[in-house]
Amino acid sequence: MSDHDPTYTRRLFLERGLTLASLAATAPLFIQRSALGMMQSPALSSQPGVPDDRILVVIQLGGGNDGLNTVVPYGAGAYYDARPDLAVPAPGRGTQQRPAALPLDDRQGIGLHPDFRGFKTLMDEGVAGIVQGVGYPNPNRSHFTSMDIWHTADTEAKGYGWIGRYFDNTCAGTPLPEGAVAIGRKAPLAMQGAVQKPVTFETAELFRWMGEDLHPALEAPYQAINRSGTLPSVNPDSQLGFLMRTALDAQVSSDRIRAAVAKPALVEYPRGNLAEQLRIVAAMIRDEMATRVYYVSMSGFDTHANQFGRHSNLLRQAGDALNAFYRDLKAQASSGRVLTMVFSEFGRRVSQNASGGTDHGTAAPLYLVGDMVRPGLLGDHPSLTQLDQGDLVFNVDFRSIYAAIIEDWMGAPARPILGRDYRKAKILS
Amino acid sequence: MSSLQPLNPDDFDYWKAQHLLNRAGFGGTPAQVRGLAGMGLQGAVEYIVDYGGIEAEPVRADLFDGDIMSPMSRDQRDVLRQARRDRDEVTLSEFRRRRQERQRADRRQMIEIQRWWMTRLIESPRPLEEKMTLFWHGHFATNYRAIEDSYHMFMQNQLFRVYAVGNFKGLTHAVIRDPAMLRYLNNDQNRKQEPNENLARELMELFTLGEGHGYSEDDIKEGARALTGYTYRDDSFIDRKSRQYRRLHDDGIKRIMGESGKWDGDDFVEIIFSRRACSEFICLKLYRYFVNDRPGDPDRDRQQFIMDMATQLRRNKYALRPVLKALFMSEHFYDPSNVASQVKSPVQLIVQAVRSLHTPTRQLSALASAADLMGQNIFYPPSVKGWAGGRTWINTSTLFVRQNAIVYLLTGRRPDRYPWQDDGTRYDATHLLEHLREPNGAVSVQDAVSYLLRINLAGEPHPQRVASLVAFVESRGGRLDNPMLIALLSLITAMPEYQLC
Repeated sequence: MSDHDPTYTRRLFLERGLTLASLAATAPLFIQRSALGMMQSPALSSQPGVPDDRILVVIQLGGGNDGLNTVVPYGAGAYYDARPDLAVPAPGRGTQQRPAALPLDDRQGIGLHPDFRGFKTLMDEGVAGIVQGVGYPNPNRSHFTSMDIWHTADTEAKGYGWIGRYFDNTCAGTPLPEGAVAIGRKAPLAMQGAVQKPVTFETAELFRWMGEDLHPALEAPYQAINRSGTLPSVNPDSQLGFLMRTALDAQVSSDRIRAAVAKPALVEYPRGNLAEQLRIVAAMIRDEMATRVYYVSMSGFDTHANQFGRHSNLLRQAGDALNAFYRDLKAQASSGRVLTMVFSEFGRRVSQNASGGTDHGTAAPLYLVGDMVRPGLLGDHPSLTQLDQGDLVFNVDFRSIYAAIIEDWMGAPARPILGRDYRKAKILS
Repeated sequence: MSSLQPLNPDDFDYWKAQHLLNRAGFGGTPAQVRGLAGMGLQGAVEYIVDYGGIEAEPVRADLFDGDIMSPMSRDQRDVLRQARRDRDEVTLSEFRRRRQERQRADRRQMIEIQRWWMTRLIESPRPLEEKMTLFWHGHFATNYRAIEDSYHMFMQNQLFRVYAVGNFKGLTHAVIRDPAMLRYLNNDQNRKQEPNENLARELMELFTLGEGHGYSEDDIKEGARALTGYTYRDDSFIDRKSRQYRRLHDDGIKRIMGESGKWDGDDFVEIIFSRRACSEFICLKLYRYFVNDRPGDPDRDRQQFIMDMATQLRRNKYALRPVLKALFMSEHFYDPSNVASQVKSPVQLIVQAVRSLHTPTRQLSALASAADLMGQNIFYPPSVKGWAGGRTWINTSTLFVRQNAIVYLLTGRRPDRYPWQDDGTRYDATHLLEHLREPNGAVSVQDAVSYLLRINLAGEPHPQRVASLVAFVESRGGRLDNPMLIALLSLITAMPEYQLC
């Protein structure tokens, strides 16, 4: 295979419809080989017994989702004392304005917000789980810092992201062109590694050169320039050779993602931004992209005032979107190889504030969806009476969930990625 | 013969002047490049490096508000303590609210400071000063997120500017007094009773010697002891005659890299700078920044060049100016293997595009955010190692962002909004061709295309590129009006070659 032959490179990669040109000539031979194997299924696992084609989808609820009104401790009187205007009524005690919680575990007195029913259905089907009381020591109540702590898996909020480090540690220094895909304007810190960087786009429509909109005549010369691959006489090892290959990758990737996303979904999705992002992710999974981690996010959870109606809307959107996403994956027979994790940077304070809302808090539940998830409630609800400065005390360090995902789902050793050992949370069945 | 041998002055032409201005600064218009070429090699290098005589916008301390995050007064602290004791939720939540308000105001100020620096990068008549400020920002990397005090970031930025081409050792002495750095590497928590090694470690590993270059874990521990008590109050380094310093600082005997004494942090710096490895480490980094950032270890000739730079740096007691001059004068700097060999950083890409094409600046916040999307958010480096740079800037997403950001500069249409709307400010590109015109105003398509490629791409354009653009212009009727020039510039700036400088 000669990298000096542009037609070869171009034909090969266009035919396979996958972007691997940047690996050729940059990567040592053994990586090239495994990368080519990856065109069918990603081959990253080093852990025996873990299938190679598993996917992680991370959903970020930005702003601090109110855990106590999502997973409702209706059995605790302290909950109703702390939130006279905001509490969700216990099952059987609902009213027209305030429907009751959907019962999950009567013994523990735990239910779900009535508008989170899309998620409740998944719980009933045994394909969703909730880890209760997730947090970390010395909780930080700043959105930015706490979010960075979750992204870096470091309580100092320093360094690269945990998913980025996963790729850095498993790919022997060569980034996977489409290993990590984030939907959004900006690549999330969690996905940033020293070497691995995520493909990021807000909508597939923006993942392309916008100059062609200036005039239709520009498209042909632009394509000729960017699809040439490494031109003859250009040293493939040089910076220019690398750039020419990446430019070709970008075109192929853009074509591919836009084509995947244009196909109608197998199920109907509700309206809303999160649902649209998940529809795109499902389309890419269905198209057998070599992506191992997808990242999507939804914001608006910072409910300091007039929380009740707003929060109900948010939960309805999130629950229904998750539900449609799971149905889609099921319909395309992927639900067994996709694990979805939903988190927020913190929960909210136990007591309501004077504006009908809640302020920044600490520990909160974390949600998981997938056929392999250990269903139901995991761990105990944090105490509503033993508080730390009015906030819940966490039971489960979020990094013990990351550790379980990295080792048992993604099949890589967690210690080099997380920097130390965490007891793995039992989140998979 | 030293590898720093200067270029033959007769060889210093327009294209070499362009290379100099790209690398030592952020490029310039053809007229500016012609001006520089006219100064001759020595004159041009002195103009770039000895910029002290060039008038620049002064940086005043009151440009930004230094009090947003200043610590609470004693009275306020007493009230807070009392409220905690009494579990007085109303007062406590009022304190929390006020703190959040100040943090919000401070983040807004950080955005203003970003814009301010972006403007300076684009407009400063002393490009090397800003280029070196950016170098030090990536070298002594400190992230606002962990500092949460925008004024400290501003002060640090100005420190880097003052020392831009000054003395590396002097700067290091200043950095161990810099509030943002002391906070970022937790030296504000480094005290006799409970030493914190973070600053001592990074000082040797990332700032001066490099990992594995002649120091041990014990030297880090002892260095940390020397740095105990180096902290700040409000905006200033602690008074070392104060009781607080005496309480925090360990004044016992330390043994650092074989030398024993009652060392303090400044002695620690002196010991480090007495090592040859220190000069070699920084020269390798400067070499990658200014000459060639190819991945992997430099080959033997390049290695030799770096060693010769280091020798000169030591001979000049770590003053940078003479070394930078020798570097920019050297034949090696202009060697074809070093031209168009460097991946532009996002800041380089944007600032160079504005400076050399003379486009409107558009919205500064849009430019800063475009750089962020490309992976370089100034004042927010990803880790204490700064930006990895080189090929790590480039992937399929950042490549589109890079191309689209230039479309934005050329047309005013923001690539993150769809459908597009332009900002109404028209860019006139015809000035680029002015001096090519025949007396009757005509320019041949071939000449214009070759010229536009040559001034925008750092190296000789590939013949295939010339041919395809000429064919494009001819197919559209051969007219070189402003829309056609903008179309050509959009295509040229979308070439993989354009990412290099």
